[in-house]
Amino acid sequence: MNAPNVSGWKPGTPEAPSGTSGITTVTGNRGLMLEEPLIFEIGTTETTGVDLPQPSADIARLGGLARSEPMGLPGLSEPETVRHYTRLSRQNYAIDCGIFPLGSCTMKHNPRLNEKVARLPGFADLHPLQPESTVQGALAVIDQLARWLLTLTGMHSVAMSPKAGAHGELCGILCIRAALEARGDARSVILVPESAHGTNPATAAFAGYAVENIPATAEGRVDLPALKARLGPDVAALMITNPNTCGLFEREMKAISDAVHAAGALVYCDGANFNAIVGRVRPGDLGVDAMHINLHKTFSTPHGGGGPGSGPVVVSEALAPFAPLPFVRKTDGGFELIEEEDGVEAAPQTFGRMAAFNGQMGMFTRALAYILSHGADGLRQVSGDAVLNANYVLRSLDGVLDAPFGGTGPCMHEALFSDEGFAEGIATLDLAKALIDEGFHPMTMYFPLVVHGAMLVEPTECESKATLDQFILALRSIAERAKAGDESLHQAPQLAPRRRLDETLAARKPVLAYEG
Amino acid sequence: MPRYFTDEHEWIDVSGETATIGITDYAQGQLGDIVFVEVPAAGAQLAKGKEAAVVESVKAASDVFAPVSGIVTEGNSALEDDPALVNTAPESDGWFFKLTIADEGELEGLMDEAKYKDFVASL
Amino acid sequence: MRYLPLTEADRSAMLDVVGANSVDDLFAHVSREHYLTAPIEGLPPHANEMAVERHMSALAAKNLSAGEAPFFLGAGAYRHHIPASVDHLIQRGEFLTSYTPYQPEIAQGTLQVLFEFQTQVARLFGCAVANASMYDGSTACWEAIAMAGRLTRRDCVLLSNGLHPHYVSVAKTMGRFNGDTVVYAEPTLTPETDFAALADAVDGDTGCVVVQYPDILGRIGDMTALAEACHAAGALLVAVVTEPVALGALKSPGEMGADIVVGEGQALGVGLQFGGPYLGLFAIRDAKHVRQMPGRLCGETVDAEGKRGFVLTLSTREQHIRREKATSNICTNSGLCALAFSIHLTLLGEKGLRALAAENHRLACLAADRLAKVPSVEVLNEAFFNEFTIVVPGDARQLVRDVADKGVLAGVSLGRLYPDGDRRENGLVVAVTETVTEEDIATLASALEEALA
Repeated sequence: MNAPNVSGWKPGTPEAPSGTSGITTVTGNRGLMLEEPLIFEIGTTETTGVDLPQPSADIARLGGLARSEPMGLPGLSEPETVRHYTRLSRQNYAIDCGIFPLGSCTMKHNPRLNEKVARLPGFADLHPLQPESTVQGALAVIDQLARWLLTLTGMHSVAMSPKAGAHGELCGILCIRAALEARGDARSVILVPESAHGTNPATAAFAGYAVENIPATAEGRVDLPALKARLGPDVAALMITNPNTCGLFEREMKAISDAVHAAGALVYCDGANFNAIVGRVRPGDLGVDAMHINLHKTFSTPHGGGGPGSGPVVVSEALAPFAPLPFVRKTDGGFELIEEEDGVEAAPQTFGRMAAFNGQMGMFTRALAYILSHGADGLRQVSGDAVLNANYVLRSLDGVLDAPFGGTGPCMHEALFSDEGFAEGIATLDLAKALIDEGFHPMTMYFPLVVHGAMLVEPTECESKATLDQFILALRSIAERAKAGDESLHQAPQLAPRRRLDETLAARKPVLAYEG
Repeated sequence: MPRYFTDEHEWIDVSGETATIGITDYAQGQLGDIVFVEVPAAGAQLAKGKEAAVVESVKAASDVFAPVSGIVTEGNSALEDDPALVNTAPESDGWFFKLTIADEGELEGLMDEAKYKDFVASL
Repeated sequence: MRYLPLTEADRSAMLDVVGANSVDDLFAHVSREHYLTAPIEGLPPHANEMAVERHMSALAAKNLSAGEAPFFLGAGAYRHHIPASVDHLIQRGEFLTSYTPYQPEIAQGTLQVLFEFQTQVARLFGCAVANASMYDGSTACWEAIAMAGRLTRRDCVLLSNGLHPHYVSVAKTMGRFNGDTVVYAEPTLTPETDFAALADAVDGDTGCVVVQYPDILGRIGDMTALAEACHAAGALLVAVVTEPVALGALKSPGEMGADIVVGEGQALGVGLQFGGPYLGLFAIRDAKHVRQMPGRLCGETVDAEGKRGFVLTLSTREQHIRREKATSNICTNSGLCALAFSIHLTLLGEKGLRALAAENHRLACLAADRLAKVPSVEVLNEAFFNEFTIVVPGDARQLVRDVADKGVLAGVSLGRLYPDGDRRENGLVVAVTETVTEEDIATLASALEEALA
């Protein structure tokens, strides 16, 4: 067997406790914590919250394919609908509620100005296939955002169409593959640091490459000698994150890029951690050939409970000809959208199309509003405050939580801790669940894999010192309990809308749709 | 019936030309609650040291390797409905698959029970 | 700067704790050669809300939005009326600013919505299981092809000529890189779908057949016989639905035997937005294939006190665990759009969806009849839902531009979507939803009459 249970985590079956106050209610509601059934349990197929004309006599132009079977889709009146979703929303933690210190997720404040401008009818109510003359303002937005991203990264061109970070990774790797094939030098292997985010090897495999790991040094960075030893004519690219997933700046990045280029390969940079260096370092200066940018991380577009995101990819001059369709091109009179037909002439080496239509326009307007709000000086302040906040958390927890790379100098925008020193039987998971009772969303757990019981904390620049102090206070208390072997940590969380959930049952007997 | 062990925590019972293979109690303890097992189909050709099956817990998926080469005669269908057998009876009813051994010589170098116990103690 | 809470006093105190003199010291690992000591030149400084709003409004004003003109565009993105509550509810901070529900104890809001969404999509599509969303319809289609490849271990893919050409383009792009043979030909202007020809073409090398329902020309095909032909040959049938409102009137693909049903959910709850973010829908008819599905899945369980709750499950298929052996590399998907879709569909309910679909079809029939009366215009479709193709003399793409200059958004010309040939340059796809008035139809007819005179 390989790598059995690397995380050391086991789903527990804690005994059902009596609750903190022992009070029971008839409804199951507890004050403002309200239980809410499923729409299938409260709605009916005859109820509707929309006023529509009654369907008249059958109009039979449906080719004999009219639906006769009932669908089983319940409806609710408008007040019931508003109540249902409002009550559900109150069971969620969110950035608007408190610090969301997930490493590499960059959970920063989502400005409401972004929501306002995205909803201007001149943006929101545009069809992607309208004649170009009717959408010049939209094309201008894409162009302006592209120019900002290029200037901030020091790169040559940008592919705006990928729909999220992982999609952007695929775009970048496919550009690399197309470029190598075009020069008759198709290669078969991509190198990935062992600390990389899971999307990196998944993307490389999807793009048809064999994936090999490059080890980290004792200082948590890419082992350059090991990399050099492995580079060869079969290596197409190195995928690297900088700052890396341990929250450290890869000091030897330029030397790494030079070595990769010398071996005829290319450098893909995962831009998830761009928040640490925006306005202070340009990846283009470090030899990067392609990098995706998560607009829903560095550029504040909302996470929405799981998306949508947006992952534009900045590329070097060597890769630009292979970038996907469609893209916006400036003309004398304005802007044009280059799609398949024009692409034959305008982009003869494009590797193709990654998604229908024109990209995540709704995220472009939001990101552009954010960038314009900050400006060059504000963006530089973003990375400064993000890094300061992370270092403040790191140093404030000296002697409280083990920081495996704390001795190597400052961290970047995120601080990494391990479970070293925890008593036997107490795991990172228990600390995280206890944080929930203290009113915080836990940090990223068990990632990166190179540290045992990893805890990765990214406060972002949007947290005040007071918030950080309270978070540190809570962490200090829980860490002490962990080191002392406080068994009550296994019972956490006790105050959240739900106690620990049985994930084993959910995986053994999946119930993925309402069956009642 | 002799039983051997690998350093990847598989056990193999040998009876003539047939072998039964599973994972050890130590392995199931490391994995946590097993939620799914993918066993090879009858007729599948396995090579020693290569992937033969996959065992999943909630948070991880691990490969199980073939301790010896051979052709699969049967995968344990009981694991489809009750993957928990791997946790409760890893070294008996929770077996993964049986195969016809291609080369008995490959059994050399595998550990016996005593050696495996020492190996686990050293981890 | 209004989004940055740290004061100079804060920074000072914090630098003391950290043991650094300045923030620049914290970037010591960056070589001096690469470290920018001042804001990047040539970029403007920060701006207040008013200034940013002014800038963005000026750009928005340069566009002709769908509400400002008689509007008949479809071809994979549809303008429907979104009830006012939807946008209010999705902007609640607990939905808008929450994350993927990895800590289920404090994410039951998101998780319960996903469970409801999955059930709604599965029922709409006539399937057993749906996932928690993909980026959009085109990537969901490609993922379905990849899944069919994993299940059948065959690499030949037959695409219907009625599949949206952007979806075809995506499938071809991915096929180029993973070695699939993608068989496809552009549509000709006939009223029938190519389902019968596809049924003849399926053989023992075919991994999957992909059809669209209704298709890019608005044609509706019965896929029952095609499904049987696929299954007889050991292949899978993938059905793509780009207009989910159509399923308020039409038989579901699952009912007709499609194995994987994917689609674009944009039409419900998610506005046009010039092309994104949209909402990929993905469902399988038979639950036994669930472990080969891409994307997140939400499942029901109980907590330590026996209370019902929901969690992300079957995660070992996904990138963060399986890494290079994952079923997909997808991570962030389209959660907020799935919420909007779910709210809109809850407000409609089955009764409302049927009424909405009937109204769409009624108006589309009115429009088709009226446009058939425009001299030299021919309506191609015999059957359609809310979208049909008309054939005009001359270049339909130029016609659309001319009519747009007069303030009418007439539809999507096939010339915009396809290279010329087989008279496609004369084709114009017209979509008619409940947002279209009879006056709009009259205006469109007049505009065409004038332009074609």
